[in-house]
Amino acid sequence: MFESLKIWLHQGKQYIPDVETTEVPGIFRGRPVIKAGVSVDEKALQELCPMNAIDVNPLSIDLGKCSFCGECAFAYPEKISFTKDFKMGHNIRERLIIKEGEDQPIRIDADAVRKEIRRLFGRSLKLRQVSAGGDGSCEMELNATGNVNFDVGRFGIDFVASPRHADGIVLTGPVSENMADSFLDAYDAVPDPKVLILAGTDAISGGLFAGSPAVRRSVLDDIKVDLYLPGNPVHPLTFVNGVLGLLGRMKS
Amino acid sequence: MKVTNNQVIRLADIEFLSYDNFFSNVNEALNHDEAHCVHYFAKPNPDRDGEFSLFCLIANDAHHDIDLLASVINKRDELQSLTAQHLCLHPFEREMHELYDICFVGHPWLKPLRYSHDRKAGGDIYDYPFYEIDSEELHRVGVGPIHAGIIEPGHFRFICEGEKILHLEIQLGWQHRGIENLFVEKKKLLQRATLSENIAGDTVVGHATAFAHIAESLAGWNTPEWLEIERAIALEQERIAVHTGDLSGICTDVAYQLGNAVFGRLRTPMINYMQKWCGSRFAKSLIRPFKTNFIFTEQLAEEWQNTIDKYKPDFVEMAEQMFDLPSVLSRIERTGIVTKENALNIGLVGMPAKSSGLLRDTRKSHPWGAYKDVDFQPIVKTSGDVYARARMRYEEVLASIELIQRLIAQRKETVMTDISDAPRTWSAQPESLAISLTEGWRGEICHVAITDKEGELALYKIKDPSMHNWLGLALAVRGNGISDFPICNKSFDLSYCGHDL
Repeated sequence: MFESLKIWLHQGKQYIPDVETTEVPGIFRGRPVIKAGVSVDEKALQELCPMNAIDVNPLSIDLGKCSFCGECAFAYPEKISFTKDFKMGHNIRERLIIKEGEDQPIRIDADAVRKEIRRLFGRSLKLRQVSAGGDGSCEMELNATGNVNFDVGRFGIDFVASPRHADGIVLTGPVSENMADSFLDAYDAVPDPKVLILAGTDAISGGLFAGSPAVRRSVLDDIKVDLYLPGNPVHPLTFVNGVLGLLGRMKS
Repeated sequence: MKVTNNQVIRLADIEFLSYDNFFSNVNEALNHDEAHCVHYFAKPNPDRDGEFSLFCLIANDAHHDIDLLASVINKRDELQSLTAQHLCLHPFEREMHELYDICFVGHPWLKPLRYSHDRKAGGDIYDYPFYEIDSEELHRVGVGPIHAGIIEPGHFRFICEGEKILHLEIQLGWQHRGIENLFVEKKKLLQRATLSENIAGDTVVGHATAFAHIAESLAGWNTPEWLEIERAIALEQERIAVHTGDLSGICTDVAYQLGNAVFGRLRTPMINYMQKWCGSRFAKSLIRPFKTNFIFTEQLAEEWQNTIDKYKPDFVEMAEQMFDLPSVLSRIERTGIVTKENALNIGLVGMPAKSSGLLRDTRKSHPWGAYKDVDFQPIVKTSGDVYARARMRYEEVLASIELIQRLIAQRKETVMTDISDAPRTWSAQPESLAISLTEGWRGEICHVAITDKEGELALYKIKDPSMHNWLGLALAVRGNGISDFPICNKSFDLSYCGHDL
């Protein structure tokens, strides 16, 4: 008993008081900035990216495809830099594309959020996670959102065991052929209205697996996606802020 | 022929035996406890219909070498199954059967391994032929592919007598992404390096190091000592981070909330350290063939020591309490036992093998890079239960901390060399085979590459330790209550995507 209390005491305060303004330790690579007015060999830059995330005319990085490896910033430091801004979630797919010269915070487009989402889930959102070819890292980060550091439970956001208890699905992975039908089963089992969140590069675009005959991304064609969360894997703070933004709960 | 870890062999130098000779050689090599199969696969010979080359790699831990045995067969030949002699070969023959329709006569059950997209027999993953027992007194419990927690998918089919598990069959393949084929298709070095980091998201350093060694050895590039030391530091740090997280998971599964919370939060500074080093909590982007973007600086060394100084007292305090608590011990002692005999039979590797009294650790038996020079002794437990696998993690964390301290000291004494003239693209010698073994936190990782006439990849084979160890979990739960399954599962913590590839 006393031993346990001692351990408890030794932990001190571990939670992050403000998940919106906290700073990520170290050299986190978040929202990138492509500097305008610096000329580089754009074709070579495009060719360098292992994820085909870089496009030209205008020069842009698609956060839905980016693995955040930072190779482009190492090769062209005067042109590309990654900020420590972890708020990268958006509800519109095209808005994940960062164009040359853009250096604005990414904020959810409130007008494009279905009204019932904020009305019904604004104070309590229960999510069921489905991994469909995810490599395990996104899954571990989603688990971490519930630990004592990030503690999403304090916002009324929780992961639940059954789709029947859930208000929506968080999908990770490129959607492997073998999981495609099971994903649909789980999605269909969630009562309406429901949300779908794509967490991580693989889920958003398929990543390096996009063209593989072993994945079936067409299952996503007819489903409304409510939130895209970039990252490889998605950082817990990207998740928390993205979901809070979707629910209209951000302070800023 | 005998090869060593990270060696490249010209295909022309490999002796291809008749299948009968191949069979007896493999059979004989595996009769020794210190030998085990690290990979066994087939490569289609494109010019001849139905013809395949078989490659079997058997590591000998006592001699520190790997026996490369090869044969050329036609799939219409009647091939005696080696699995019938050595159970540890079961997934490899099943894979060859699934991919190429090669039939192994006498294999206990040539079931589909992962319902890969290119399997010959077609069919649907939902049509899997489960083992059944016809009885009025038994019942089946099916779990998955989607599990209750946030975890990768797999299907578990239990046959139970009341609460007791008589039999567990684990059906995998749900995570299959065709990653081995993508290694061949994606030509850029950086794409392949990125793929290697995504084989199993919890073993980024382990798999990326194996790939880096393959690329470097095929290019004939001598990896400098300082770079190998940095990679070893990363590998040990990955071990510390995952083990800490697993101890949290084990506490969750025995409803020990304090342990769950404390180990969970202790994992955070361990993965955040990776982020400080390379910008990713999972060390994605840290390991690159022929280079590093993130040199391990004096400042990082100091930062590591400071992080550990804060972590270690809390970690030890929590672990000592956990392993002293009757309510925890009663759940993990004598639960989920794998005997040494079973471990040997099924070819268990890594942490679960060492927990069952079987010393299998490639850092010691087939060392590479920095592990050749650094002094350390792998930890071995004998009880083979959840307790042993949990305790193993506690002790391995402490051992890895010491190991990193030694590696950092060594790194400081090692002169950094200029590697700016190293290859920047895939540049491999033609018609060769390369093998690389690394010891991830879970156990032995094996990558094998075969190049064509132009030096391009003709075949890339990956083996995560999970390939051997999933059967270990299935055996461990026999005779246990079904409510003990989660704790047994967590104590192995195997990879789904690492198996399904």
